[in-house]
Parts: sequence; structure tokens; C-alpha cells
Amino acid sequence: MTVRLEVDGRAVEVPDGATVAAAVALVSPVFGRSSRGAPRAPLCGMGVCFECRLTIDGVPGRRACIEPARAGMQVRTHE
Amino acid sequence: MSTRYDVVVCGAGPAGLAAAAAAAAAGARVALIDAQANPGGQIWRPSVLLPPTAAARRAMTRTLGAGRVDFRPQAQVIAAGEGEVLIESTQSAERLRYCSLVIATGARELLLPFPGWTLPGVTGAGGLQALAKQGWPLAGRRVVVAGSGPLLLAAAASLHRHGARVLAVLEQAPPAAIRRFASRLTLWPGQALQALALRATLRAAPYRCGEHVRSAHGATQLEQVEVCGRRGSYAIRCDHLAIGYGLVPNIELAQLLGCRLDESRAHARVITDDCMRTSVRGVYAAGEVRGIGGWQAARIEGEIAGHAAAGALRPVAALQRRLRLRRRFAQLLEDCFTLDERVRTLADADTVICRCEQVPLRALAGYADLRAAKLATRCGMGPCQGRICGAALAATGHLARDRVRVPLFPARLSTLADSFDIAAAETDA
Repeated sequence: MTVRLEVDGRAVEVPDGATVAAAVALVSPVFGRSSRGAPRAPLCGMGVCFECRLTIDGVPGRRACIEPARAGMQVRTHE
Repeated sequence: MSTRYDVVVCGAGPAGLAAAAAAAAAGARVALIDAQANPGGQIWRPSVLLPPTAAARRAMTRTLGAGRVDFRPQAQVIAAGEGEVLIESTQSAERLRYCSLVIATGARELLLPFPGWTLPGVTGAGGLQALAKQGWPLAGRRVVVAGSGPLLLAAAASLHRHGARVLAVLEQAPPAAIRRFASRLTLWPGQALQALALRATLRAAPYRCGEHVRSAHGATQLEQVEVCGRRGSYAIRCDHLAIGYGLVPNIELAQLLGCRLDESRAHARVITDDCMRTSVRGVYAAGEVRGIGGWQAARIEGEIAGHAAAGALRPVAALQRRLRLRRRFAQLLEDCFTLDERVRTLADADTVICRCEQVPLRALAGYADLRAAKLATRCGMGPCQGRICGAALAATGHLARDRVRVPLFPARLSTLADSFDIAAAETDA
């Protein structure tokens, strides 16, 4: 079983039970930028550090590492 | 919206699952909340590739199978006061009123700053394991596992099973300390067997003691790590660095409620009596929040806390005996995996300490504590609210921790509006 969603307009497919972070990793190693423009990506993997924040279905600030990937999701990295 | 429960359990790891099961078995109406989508905590996080362990399956079935526990996934406590917590879920916020609260919020990884630690590709050791279990593509990827503690082996073995090429496991503790640890393991045969099994899984990867990663390098993502080895420095080219220096108890909720803490070490832990009662009436704590002890200890403590929280007077002496042996194991870990001065001083003046607000170490000189530094530099003021940098600064001996405030996590404005009268109960803990 897989789930299809879109990351920055690109269709990706991840196994059922995967998080949004896994889907983004298939597209880009960079999830966002620091306030000084440095590339950033998940650090803690468990919802603590907020380094994987991105926009899911128009809602900003969501943590990719604890958000289950669901069919049809529209994900925007902060890259 | 407000719902009333006899027992609210925060955290659905081994401690929280056991507490919820015990309280429900005693007839209590129980809510179990967790930030993750699935129960199990960090240790029993389900994998997209591998089946759950028998212990995990049993615990989940026992707690959630009978439908007696109201499980609230993807929910976090934003504010807490006497007899109630305000939780925020993906869509809504809700007040849960309780007679007893069990704090089973577990632990997070200790992540120490070093040059290059903000590069994509650098994660926690347990962090990469968590990502891998939830589908992060690792097949054929070159991974260096580093840091300290027995979780490194567990993480490395798990990464290997998820398809990664583990190039090396680097343990900062010196070989003598690891030998001492191994020789005492005979008291805990289960642990000894597990260590041997993990090592067997990782046959191809060297386990090097007394070595640590000094810096990480790459243009926009990790390309190479610089290792401080026992025979000089060397570089390893890799795609991922999974690096963790042990665990930090998640005491924030307990602290907000004013529970007494043991602050004699770098990281505070919640003080309880033998029945897991904290200093605050009706509030219990179980598992890693009482000090890192592993899932077996957490499960026992959760069971004791669950009985006590439901007011069930059951003999817990046998549980307490089992617990003492487990807690001795925790002490052994603490003694053998002490952080070397060298890994506590890896950050240079330009190394970013507060990743959220991009504050370098040089900006933090001269402040007495994290609160003073925060007011002047914004260190610890970002969305993680000092959970990463605060723990790192405490572990490296730079600055003492700050107190906690509402909201415990970034929240929606509508949730915050609902927190005002709860926030009035906020203590100066």
C-alpha cells in the first residue's frame, strides 16, 4: 500500500504509514532555510526541534516528521 | 469544550501505555494523549518495513484493544493547571479535566552543537531511526552513527535493517569504560543478549570507542565528517550523520505544574515517591521523566502510577523490587557513558547554538542563565522553545536552564485564547 501526495508540485509516492518528512526527502534534501538563509532539514525526527517545519495544505508551520502522509496532500517546503 | 476523566495520561510510550492500562483495569475513565499519530513512544514507534516487537504488540493490545482507554493521537498539552490540561490536536483544542494526571512524557535526545551540525543530513541517532521507521529513504545510504550510550548500537542496527550502509559506530566513552559496562552486564542477561545480537547485526561496521565527530562538512548537505580518533583525526565521506549523546527527560509539563525536580545534574528529573506521586497532589510521573532508565523500568513505573492514579490500593511491592534492579542499570549507564570534556567543547565561537533563532556561541558570553541570554539574544525563543539549545547549554556547562511558560508548544491563536484562565495558575517553577 502506498500514498500519493505532492511536494512542491511534484508527485511522490511513499509507503502507507510514512510521514510527510519521508515524502519530502524523496524530492529535496533541504526542507527550509534559517533566518540567515542556511539550508535546514529534520534534526530530531520526533517533533521536538521544529527544523522540519513546512506548509501542508496551506497551513504553515507543520512538523513534517510527525505528520502522517495522506493521499492528495499538498506540501510546500520552505526552501 | 471540556471533557472529564478520572485519569489523564500524557505520553503513550511504555510508561504511559502501562499507566493507562492499569488505571482502566481499576475501572477509571482514562484519556491517553500523545503528540505522535501512533502509540508506542520513541522506542515502540511502528516501522513501515518491520513488524512490531512482541512486547510492543502486547502493550498496545492490552491498553487500547478493549476500548476502555480514550486514545488521543496527534495531541499536545499547551497549558496545564489544577485539575485540567488544555490540549491541541490537528483540528481543535480541548480541555481535559482530571482527578489524576500521569506525566509519562519520556525523553528526547541530547544533541550537542559542533561545527556543521545544522547541515541537512545531520540528525539525532534516535532521530534518524525514527525517520527511517516512518519511511525516510535510506536504502544504500552511507551513515555514520556517533555520540554516546547503548542507544547508538540499537539505532545503528535499526538503520541497517532499514537498508542503510552503516560505515562506523563512534562511541565517545573510552574503551575502559565500555569494558566496565560490558563486565557488569551479567546482572541484566536480557540486556547482554540484546547487545550481542545488535553487534551481530552490525558485523560489517566497526564500533570504535573513545572517538567522536568533531565537525561536519558539505555545501548544502552533509558530504563528510571529521572524526577525532584515538590515533589522530580522519575523515569519513557519508550521506548521513546520526549523532546523539544520550537522553534528556521531558520535564516541561511537570515543571509547569510545579512538581518538585531533582536539579543536581545537568538535566532535571521529576521527584516522586515509591507510588510515583510527585510533590503536586493528584499528579504522578512515570518513566524517563524520573531519570533515564529504559523502557523496562518505564513500563513498571507506568503500571505503579496507573494503579495509584486510579486509587486502586494494590500491592506494588513486587513491582518496586523489579524496578530497583532496573534503576541500578540506569545508574550503571550514567557511570559508564559520562560525557568527555572534549565533546562538551566542540562548538566554536561561530557555531550556531540556538538553531531556531540562529544565535552563535559568541553571542552568549557573559550571561548568568538562559533567561538573561534569551532576553538579550533571542536564544531559546524559537519554536522549539529552548528544548534543543537549552539542554545543550546545560550539558556543556555554559548556561543554566530557563523556567517554562505557557504555551508549552507553539499553538494556534484560538487555542491560546482558550488558555488564558489556565495560564493564571502558572507557577514560577
